[in-house]
Amino acid sequence: MRIQKRTIGLIVYLVLLLLPIYWMLNMSLRSNADILNAFALYPKDPTLTNYVKIFTEESWYSGYVNSLIYVSINTAIALLTALPAAYAFSRYRFLGDKHMFFWLLTNRMAPPAVFLLPFFQLYSTFGLIDTHIAVAISHCLFNVPLAVWILEGFMSGVPREIDETAYIDGYSFPRFFATIFVPLIRTGIGVTAFFCFMFSWVELLLARTLTVTNAKPIAAVMTRTVSATGLDWGLLAAAGILTIVPGALVIWFVRNYMAKGFALGRV
Amino acid sequence: MTIRLEEVTRKMGAETHIFPTSMELKSGSLNVLLGHTLAGKTTLLRLLAGLDRPSSGKIFVDGVDVTGASVRQRNVAMVYQQFINYPSFTVFDNVASPLRRAGVSPQEIDQRVRSVAKSLHIDALLDRLPAELSGGQQQRVALARALVKEAGLLLLDEPLVNLDYKLREELRQELRAIFRRRESIVVYATTEPTEALLLGGHAFVVDEGRILQSGPSIEVFHAPASERVGKVFSDPPINLIGGRVTGRSAVLGDTISMDLPDHMTLLDEGAYRFGVRANFLNVRRQSDRDLEIEGCVELAEISGSETFIHLEHHGVSWVAQEEGVHSFGLGDTVSIFVDPDHVYAFDGSGRLAACPPYEARGGG
Repeated sequence: MRIQKRTIGLIVYLVLLLLPIYWMLNMSLRSNADILNAFALYPKDPTLTNYVKIFTEESWYSGYVNSLIYVSINTAIALLTALPAAYAFSRYRFLGDKHMFFWLLTNRMAPPAVFLLPFFQLYSTFGLIDTHIAVAISHCLFNVPLAVWILEGFMSGVPREIDETAYIDGYSFPRFFATIFVPLIRTGIGVTAFFCFMFSWVELLLARTLTVTNAKPIAAVMTRTVSATGLDWGLLAAAGILTIVPGALVIWFVRNYMAKGFALGRV
Repeated sequence: MTIRLEEVTRKMGAETHIFPTSMELKSGSLNVLLGHTLAGKTTLLRLLAGLDRPSSGKIFVDGVDVTGASVRQRNVAMVYQQFINYPSFTVFDNVASPLRRAGVSPQEIDQRVRSVAKSLHIDALLDRLPAELSGGQQQRVALARALVKEAGLLLLDEPLVNLDYKLREELRQELRAIFRRRESIVVYATTEPTEALLLGGHAFVVDEGRILQSGPSIEVFHAPASERVGKVFSDPPINLIGGRVTGRSAVLGDTISMDLPDHMTLLDEGAYRFGVRANFLNVRRQSDRDLEIEGCVELAEISGSETFIHLEHHGVSWVAQEEGVHSFGLGDTVSIFVDPDHVYAFDGSGRLAACPPYEARGGG
């Protein structure tokens, strides 16, 4: 009986959690007129026109393309800079190492909006406004420290003797790093990539401010549906569903390791 | 190949891990570094390997100064206490990796890996990943990787400590045979006196960052130069008790008196500390000359097929090692006996003053 009660409780919880997403899916499959006309628990006359519109109109799908481009660039930069940094923090003692390590994390303590003005001013000066790289670099502000922290945790879990054994065996540092060390922490790299992806994908403020049209992210594009005739609910819901998809896919791949990532690799 | 340390020290901040140490090791020699944990064995090995740089002093290999040379330029192999293998490589690739780095031809790699794998009984496991092996097998892989390289200097840092008793015995026997066939300098660090004796070779007794005594293992065991060496090179630690020599007799503690045995006749009168190894203390009288120590049992622990009896006699604790499994009640009064011929005498500064006779070739 107790197990049944728990099962029922969990089902109720799951339904509550999934309700908004289901509702969005429901709306995305109906036309705007239908949504405004009648209340329906499921689409009586399902239509894919909303999705078709997103995939055929350049102003729509370019939002996804832009988002994916800067998110990918950001993840790559974050990983490439954080890997050597995390290795140094995990393996060497140097003057101020602990302070520097902590300082990295303090970058995450201020809301990104604080950095908005300096970023905007700086990127305007260098002519970087409305480029993918501008958004990617600005997101490094909070992704690189996080990546360093997560990777450092994973790297510290690898015994230092493995490094030494490799040197004794005659490996050069780059070869050791690429062929022995990276495979050892590939879980950590995957989790780190996921976190970078996620933060960059959902971040709206910096992404919207630093772009105009050429690198406009999908979240900013979605605000376009506000027109004189009101909101196009169906279209907005379809865009929302499509925005969830990449995140869900990435989560699926790292689902078994996420807890370790949230613990910054220190489990 | 010979490796020579000259007045080498190692400091970490304000702490000194190794005080000025000099030693010379020759090809084909088996050297055992014996000492308690934190004695500096690992630090010495790391200095020999070139993983750490000495704070002062120089290291020569075949007369060439290699003090600043990185570990990649040295001809060394090392086995750690932990089972260190490359987890993403198969056993074959693990063992082959030093050869691949050295640019050995694939046929030769294959042949050498298989032969060393065979000698360590891991030839059936070559396609597995280290995580799929037992602890003993993992350490065999690590050993194989160190051996296949045929480095001039083979360093082993307590390689058997993390294995269970049976495996340890087995692997120790095999290692002894393997070391005998080697041309290289083998340096083996251990905390266990029995291991040092079983392996034989040359012992270096290390304590608190210094080498206290070195020499053939058996000689060092039989004639420890100081109390400290006696303690380190003895398991359980040697029993020590203060006493005096007067005329032709000696008193151990306040109560146990004996006529001076032959090896002590030359001792001057005065205060000494007397040492008795636990294995020479028996619960049964062996001869009339035996000294009797009567005491109260504090603890009796059974280890394998031996019993260690901890006894309190007039405020001094004694440990006796008895063959076989015996049970003693706590608080029982028991007498233990020792032949005066097996008593060491150390002088006031802890140096060996009188050493019991032993046969140089005899076993411990």
